[in-house]
Amino acid sequence: MVKTLPFEEPVVQLKAKIEELKEYTVNAEVDMTAEIKNLEKRLHRLEQEIYENMEPWDRVQVARHPGRPTTRDYIQLLFTDFIELHGDRLYGDDAAIIGGIALFEGKPITIIGHQRGIDTKENIKRNFGMPHPEGYRKALRLMKQAEKFNRPVICFIDTKGAYPGKAAEERGQSEAIARNLVEMAGLKVPVISVVIGEGGSGGALALGVANHIHMLENSTYSVISPEGAASILWKDASLAKQAAEAMKITAPDLKKMNIIDGVIREVYGGAHRDSEAQATYMKDVLINSLRELSKLSAEELINDRYNKFKNIGEFTE
Amino acid sequence: MIRDIFRKNQKKKYATIPTEKAKNDVPEGIMMKCPECRKNVFTKDLMKNLKVCPTCDHHMKMTAHERVEIFLDENTFESMDDHLETVNPLNFPSYTEKIKSDAKKTGLNEAVLTGTGQLERQRVVVAIMDSHFRMGSMGSVVGEKITRAIEKATELQVPFIIFTASGGARMQEGVLSLMQMAKTSVALRRHSDHGLLYISILTHPTTGGVSASFASVGDINIAEPKALIGFAGRRVIEQTVREKLPEDFQTAEFLMDHGQLDAVIHRKDMREKVATLVQMHMSKEVSTW
Repeated sequence: MVKTLPFEEPVVQLKAKIEELKEYTVNAEVDMTAEIKNLEKRLHRLEQEIYENMEPWDRVQVARHPGRPTTRDYIQLLFTDFIELHGDRLYGDDAAIIGGIALFEGKPITIIGHQRGIDTKENIKRNFGMPHPEGYRKALRLMKQAEKFNRPVICFIDTKGAYPGKAAEERGQSEAIARNLVEMAGLKVPVISVVIGEGGSGGALALGVANHIHMLENSTYSVISPEGAASILWKDASLAKQAAEAMKITAPDLKKMNIIDGVIREVYGGAHRDSEAQATYMKDVLINSLRELSKLSAEELINDRYNKFKNIGEFTE
Repeated sequence: MIRDIFRKNQKKKYATIPTEKAKNDVPEGIMMKCPECRKNVFTKDLMKNLKVCPTCDHHMKMTAHERVEIFLDENTFESMDDHLETVNPLNFPSYTEKIKSDAKKTGLNEAVLTGTGQLERQRVVVAIMDSHFRMGSMGSVVGEKITRAIEKATELQVPFIIFTASGGARMQEGVLSLMQMAKTSVALRRHSDHGLLYISILTHPTTGGVSASFASVGDINIAEPKALIGFAGRRVIEQTVREKLPEDFQTAEFLMDHGQLDAVIHRKDMREKVATLVQMHMSKEVSTW
C-alpha cells in the first residue's frame, strides 16, 4: 500500500468505496454497475480537481514521498548496460551520489545522480542522499571523463542538500561544490539536469550547471528547505507551509521565473504511483534535449551555459 | 602401569606436527590446494573455473598466457617485443641467472607480456604482467615493453588495457627501475591526449612503484576481488605508525571504499564488462539523437 498524503485523502476514500461496492456486487449478485460508473466519474473529477490544483506544500509532500522513484530507478528504466563507477580517486566513495556510463537509445552517456535509500539501512549507507565532498568530486571526475570521451552528461538531482557535518567541512564541502559549478560551466559536452525530487540548495546546484534544466512537476528546487526558511525568517519551523508558498520552490513556479527550461508532467498523484509511466514521460524530454544540444559545438555549448546563468537575477539600474 | 594403557582421554606424549613445508605441499598435477581456504581442488575443475577457488571464491594468480586465453578473442593475440633482453646494469650478483631461470620457468622474456588482440571483435592493445616472473617487478625491459605497447595503442588509435601484478620496482636495476614509472607515464599522457581509453585492471598483488604509476591512472580502474593493492607493504606501515592495521587493509574492496577504484569485478565477468566498456568508447564524436 502506497503511503497516502493528507491532501489526497478524499480521492483515496472514494477509491476505497468503489472497491467495496465492486466486491459487494460480486458477492451479493446485485447489479450496481450504474452506481459504480457514477462514482468512477466522480472520482475522475475529484482527481482532476485535487491533482491539478496542488498547493506548493502538497508538492513538497509528494517530492518527499518515501516511495518516490530515485536516480537508480530511472537508470534502470531508461538506460541499458549501466556500469557504475565509484570513487573520487582522492578520499572515498560517497554512496550519496552514484554515477557511471550507460547506453541511452544505444548511445553512450554519462549519468550522475543523488541517491537516497529506500529504507533506514540503505539511508544510513547513503547518508539520506546528502553528499560529502568526495561525492561531488566523484561527480566531477565522471563529468571530466565524459568530456574526454565526448559523451553527454545527464544529472539527476534529488537531495535535501550537501551534508552539514564536521568531516564534510574538514574536507572542503564548499570548495567541492564551488569547483563543480566552475568546472561544469566549461564542459565541452551537453549537460542536462533533471530535478526528480528535492533540489536542496548548493548541494543540488553542484549537479545543476547544465544546458537544460528540467524538473518533474512535483519536485522542488530552492535555496533552503521550507522548514529552514521558516525558522530563519519567522523563528518557527512549523510555518513551513507558508514558507513553501512564499519561496516559490515548485517546478511550475520556477518555470514561470525562467529558472528552468521545462516541467516534466507527472502521473496523477505523483511519480511514485507509476514509475514506469513516469520514466516514459522523462525519456521523451531527454531525447528532445539531446537532439537539440548535440547539434551545438563545444564552444556553443559553453556559451549557451554562460548566457543561461548570466541572465538570471532581477534588479533595476 | 598396565592400567595406564587403557585409560581414556590420555594425553599423547608425542605428536606428529606437520612441517610448514608439508602443510603447503601441493600435490603435483591432478590436485591443487587453494592458498586461501586450503581445500583441495581438481586442477581440471580449477582451470574451468578460471582459477577461482570453487569453495571460497579466492582468485588465484594467473600466468600471462592464461590471462590472454580467458580474456581475448580466440587466436587474436599477437605478442610484441619478445626479443628484448634484460641486462645487469648495476652488476648485481646472480641477477642474470635469476632472470634466466624465471624466463625458462614462465616462457616469457620478462615480467610482462604485451601485444595486440581483439576483445569481442574490437581491436585493443594489452599488457599483462606476470607475478611468476621476479614477482612481476618492473625493470628496464618491463618499462620498455609497456611503453611500446602504449605507443602501439596510440599509433593504432585503440584502447590500451593492462593487467597489473607486481611487487613494484625492481631493486636490482636501481634508479633505472624508478624511472620506468615516469617513462610509462609520459607515454600514457600522449595516449590520453589523443582521447583514447586506458583501462587498468589491478590483480593480486599490485604494489609499490607499479601501483604508484600506470596501475592507478586508468580512465577506469578495475580490480579483482580481494586483490592486494597498496603503495607500502603492510609490515613497513605497521612498523612506521606503530599500530595494528585493519584486516581488510589494502584489499580491492578497501581501496574502492577509499575512492581509488571504479569497480571490483569478478574474474568470470571481467571479459564481458571490459568489452562493454570498450564498446562504449568506440566513437570519438558526440552521438546524435
